[in-house]
Amino acid sequence: MQDQDVIREFLVESHENLSRLDQELVELEKHPKDAALLASIFRTIHTIKGTCGFLAFSTLEAITHQAESFLSQLRDGQRELTPSLVSLILETVDATRKVLASIEASGEEGPDRFEDLTERLRVAVRLTAGPKGECGPGQPGPGGLPGPAPEPSEDSASPEPAENKNPGEDAVKPSAVADANIRVGVGLLDKLMDLVGELVLTRNQILQFNTEREDAALNATSQRLNLITTELQEGVMKTRMQPIGMVWNKLPRVVRDMAVTLGKQIRLEMDGAETELDRTIIEAIKDPLVHLVRNSCDHGIEPPEVRVRIGKPPQGRLTLRAYHEGGQVNIEISDDGAGIDIARVKQKALDKGLLRPEQAERLSDREALNLIFLPGFSMAETVTNVSGRGVGMDVVKSHIEKIGGVVDLFSRPGEGATVKIKIPLTLAIIPGLVISSGGERFVIPQVSLLELIRLEGDSSEKHIEYVQGTPVYRRRGSLLPIAHLNQVLGLKSAERAEAVSMVVLQAEDRQFGLVVDGINDTQEIVVKPLGKQLKGLTVYAGATIMGDGRVALILDVLGIGQRSGVLAESRDQARAAAEQKTQSGIEQQRLLLFRAGSFARLAVPLSLVARLEEFPQSAIEHAGGGQVVQYRNRILPLVPLRAVLDSDVGDQAQTADPVQVIVFNDGERSLGVVVDQILDVAEDAVTVRQKTSRTGLLGSGVVGKQVADFLDLNQVIHAAAADWFQGTGGSANGKRILVAESSTFSRGLIRSGLDMAGYRVREAANLDEVIRGLEQQPVDLVVTALDLPPDGSSALLAAMRRRPEWQAIPVLALVDSAEQVQARAGQAEGFQDCQPKFDREAMLESVARLASALASADTAPVTAGKER
Amino acid sequence: MATDTATLKSELAQTSGQFSTFFVADLFFGVDVLRVQEVLRFQQMTRVPQAPEVIEGLINLRGQIVTAIDMRRRLRLPPRAGNQTPMNMVVRTEDGAVSLLVDEIGDVLDVDAATYERPPENLDPAARELIRGVYKLKDRLLLVLDAERTVDLAVGRAA
Repeated sequence: MQDQDVIREFLVESHENLSRLDQELVELEKHPKDAALLASIFRTIHTIKGTCGFLAFSTLEAITHQAESFLSQLRDGQRELTPSLVSLILETVDATRKVLASIEASGEEGPDRFEDLTERLRVAVRLTAGPKGECGPGQPGPGGLPGPAPEPSEDSASPEPAENKNPGEDAVKPSAVADANIRVGVGLLDKLMDLVGELVLTRNQILQFNTEREDAALNATSQRLNLITTELQEGVMKTRMQPIGMVWNKLPRVVRDMAVTLGKQIRLEMDGAETELDRTIIEAIKDPLVHLVRNSCDHGIEPPEVRVRIGKPPQGRLTLRAYHEGGQVNIEISDDGAGIDIARVKQKALDKGLLRPEQAERLSDREALNLIFLPGFSMAETVTNVSGRGVGMDVVKSHIEKIGGVVDLFSRPGEGATVKIKIPLTLAIIPGLVISSGGERFVIPQVSLLELIRLEGDSSEKHIEYVQGTPVYRRRGSLLPIAHLNQVLGLKSAERAEAVSMVVLQAEDRQFGLVVDGINDTQEIVVKPLGKQLKGLTVYAGATIMGDGRVALILDVLGIGQRSGVLAESRDQARAAAEQKTQSGIEQQRLLLFRAGSFARLAVPLSLVARLEEFPQSAIEHAGGGQVVQYRNRILPLVPLRAVLDSDVGDQAQTADPVQVIVFNDGERSLGVVVDQILDVAEDAVTVRQKTSRTGLLGSGVVGKQVADFLDLNQVIHAAAADWFQGTGGSANGKRILVAESSTFSRGLIRSGLDMAGYRVREAANLDEVIRGLEQQPVDLVVTALDLPPDGSSALLAAMRRRPEWQAIPVLALVDSAEQVQARAGQAEGFQDCQPKFDREAMLESVARLASALASADTAPVTAGKER
Repeated sequence: MATDTATLKSELAQTSGQFSTFFVADLFFGVDVLRVQEVLRFQQMTRVPQAPEVIEGLINLRGQIVTAIDMRRRLRLPPRAGNQTPMNMVVRTEDGAVSLLVDEIGDVLDVDAATYERPPENLDPAARELIRGVYKLKDRLLLVLDAERTVDLAVGRAA
């Protein structure tokens, strides 16, 4: 298969070279002293000879070898060119052509060995310094006239002159390969593609006209235009298609070199090399593929001795697979090596400072794997010429994503790893569904489209249900989350229509419904990129020009899903987490769900959880009147949660073995909360909050469409391990903080964070309560939500400024997301600091900073003010 | 699009000493004439929801999609009077063509290099970031717009 390709290429190239040679030789006859021309001819023959040797075409090699020696003499000025010598070279050229034709036809050089020609060439070479008398071909004296009638030699008289005049026409059949292939500049193909794109648009426009007019002739013509355009489009697309084997061809060499360098044995298997892809895509995946293959060789496949020890064959296997699937191309690179050591990945990320220790402990295996895609990440211990420069997988990922592809990583420890790349076939023209919303038109790529749903009249209300404010639709028995495009894009909503149009979309492995104002039709669209000013908008994949000449935006289904919150877990989750950016919206956070006692669904923010552990019953010891376990060389106090929550039940004996423990950390100390079962980690907008008076609970809310009770960690700890807080060192101790936030739930969260850090916290739900709180007791620091009722936190600042004793109190503003922090940073509004609400670490850090600044400045003004 | 960026850059680096001029509010700007691809009347635009506010929309320039940046908003100037439609000045940048929406198009001017000066320090920061220098013409000042910085929305955002 590959050899065929190589030979094909050789044929095409050689035919081109020979055609040039004909011209050059004729030219040479006129200017026999032209050194540049001679050099070029020599090079051409040399190239053919080299390739023949490589491909083991011995006849051809013999001929060209003699011709080469002979030409080198000419080049070096050892002899002069005569017309008969030119004939000899031309004869060589023709012989070469014949052999090439035979190779093309049968793959063999053919029976004719051209021994006679070779011999004559040999003689000519030997004659250089010798007498000219016994010269075989003709009798060329130095004074022989340069002209088109060389003296024919006795044995090969007739064919020569004829071929001289019409090379390659009568004696040799024209080469099918050479004639069937033309080298075309890529620029021209790109231009054609652009033009076809325009033609498609114009065709769409005409089709639109056609539907408005009832003209039979126009109808027929436009039908034809339609067909021809489609065919032309396919044809032009095909000109740009290349088999993926083009890129794979160089991989065997890469693998071999890597194997030698690393002292490993690696067998490369390739499957689906004929899978065709658009040229631009081939270009784009070239480097990522090489990189992935190198990675597999370097990090994946073990050295032979290790492999033998663990019972694998010494030779490692690297498999490349490419196949079409659903309008996309899948490429898999898998090895049977060691897989990816997740613990080491985490450790590396920690070492490189890409991750904080407490984050590392919280990461799931899948998320940890994704750390590999972080910029600056490298698994190599040392920088070698093979790898370890830390420019790697992040570049691979960004390259693939740039062309609309997705990279996925699978690892089976001890068995190997697989990287799966999904890329679109082509980038240029895609089918799309045109929809309208908020008075604008948008296009949704058909690839992401699953179905269209139209809900009429009453049914629209009946079928869209609200689970605590979150719209869902019952689609054949399962719930489909719904987003409204108008809301996602901030467009004005149309007045209530009698029907609701919804498109069901697939983004990665999730589905969601997108409610739009209207569904128009499907069209072939030409994807055009957006300017860099708009690149940051994840909700658009590009733009296109519609039939009427106006621009319409192409929606990025994944971006829309993420922005609207229906796709909670983004594929960049790990990266986002590592950068500690709160990209999700208001009150969206990750919650750990678990069961304890009579509470089937309890939730605690994952950000508070240090890790999850299991301990066998036998490890639990009793000390200081409570249960403890030895954990990481420390004593970890355990709090049985069911005893705290179901106080009436009493401290039942724990039946589960091993016991499930959620470990909470606070700087130096840890505490384990014993639960019955860990259920899940949910990322969800918490929609409803209902406060309860029950000990140990903050309230309840809807998580993942089900009600869950939120644990009040603070109370639980106090109830069970009252002395836990004692001896909390540091500046935190005793500082009084007033938390002003209208949402009970958020307030509870903020409070629990501050409580655990050892601050004395009081709460206020609105401005009045803050004022009252400030009046009742001195406060060291105020933490307020920006949207504090009734008039926002600026009213609070104004109020505090009016009272001299309150002016010195620092105020920390909490905003909903990290973006808002940036937005606020520009305009100092009198807050000492501004932090995202759900970034506990950042908040605590800020509080600690403000509090310590306060300590040095002395708290006197506050108390003095109180006395005044 | 397929033009080699290096050649494009060198092309863009050339200056002719001639400026296409335009007005935004009472400011008189010039862009190197070689940079200006064309000047158009106001075109139908496609709004881009969620886009930065300086982006007025997208226009179809013979099959090419061009982002239109409102210069009033870019320079943090008050909006145009309601009945005044802006003009499109399409400039070539390293990132392709971008349309600048300006109030009015002026003449192409030859300027005397001797009259060039760095932009005054007391200029509004929003404008100063985007102005390369000033030519002191006889009756007014010609502000030389830095097209690359103008279309790079990161410039001036922090100010």
